[in-house]
Amino acid sequence: MSNAAHTFRFERTLRDLREGLELVHPAVEGALEKFGYDDGAKFAIRLAVEEAIVNAFRHGNQLDPSKVVRFRAVIDAREVVLEIEDEGPGFDPATIPDPTEDENLEIPSGRGVMLIRAYMSEVEYLPPGNRVRMVFRKPIAA
Amino acid sequence: MAVSPNISVRKTDGHIRIDFVDRNVLDELNIHQIGEEMIKAIDGEIRPKVVIVFRNVEHMSSAAFGTLMKVNERVKTRDGQLRLCHIQPRIHEAFVMTKLNRLFTIVETYESAVASFV
Repeated sequence: MSNAAHTFRFERTLRDLREGLELVHPAVEGALEKFGYDDGAKFAIRLAVEEAIVNAFRHGNQLDPSKVVRFRAVIDAREVVLEIEDEGPGFDPATIPDPTEDENLEIPSGRGVMLIRAYMSEVEYLPPGNRVRMVFRKPIAA
Repeated sequence: MAVSPNISVRKTDGHIRIDFVDRNVLDELNIHQIGEEMIKAIDGEIRPKVVIVFRNVEHMSSAAFGTLMKVNERVKTRDGQLRLCHIQPRIHEAFVMTKLNRLFTIVETYESAVASFV
């Protein structure tokens, strides 16, 4: 059997936030369904994908319509590897205030990175900070 | 009952009930419009008692949390009360993870939400 049957690869250049999300979500969710990811995994991955793409357009590209976001997904039965790259200067995620601290709790934004880290098995911001690699590993059944 | 594109608003027994219309996802693509519709339903009300029913909502992004916070703030400025109910466990977990369960009054059912108003 060819390797292609065991792995879903998806790579797109996203030029617009709305179109990007409308393109990516069904493709990823279809692959998750095909490889037997449960509802909890689908919830987590959908959330992380959404947060990362929104951050790339809004914060990375500053909603500059001339800038794009590159999305890559490699999905198989064991893990989901996602990469989202914007055309901004990059940032240091360590500088983001903790949204769960009392003084930040009532700020209506700033939770995206925290949610990504909470739901993904592995999150890495690659230099210069305009590319995020997120991995979700399917829990091993007991 | 008023029906906006994304929510239905019922004013009954001294409170406002808001349900999502054909919405199992509250995310970047729809939440801003939904927030505007909610605020429109609240504005003009004196000391509004508002229940938002999350039945059938299966996905929620951080944008939705932000919008709910704005709605909560608008209710508070009108000296009102807001309750969230019928939240699925995975979404409730996200409220707890972000500690936003401390900002909102979350109850299990619509009936318990109505009973909790003072």
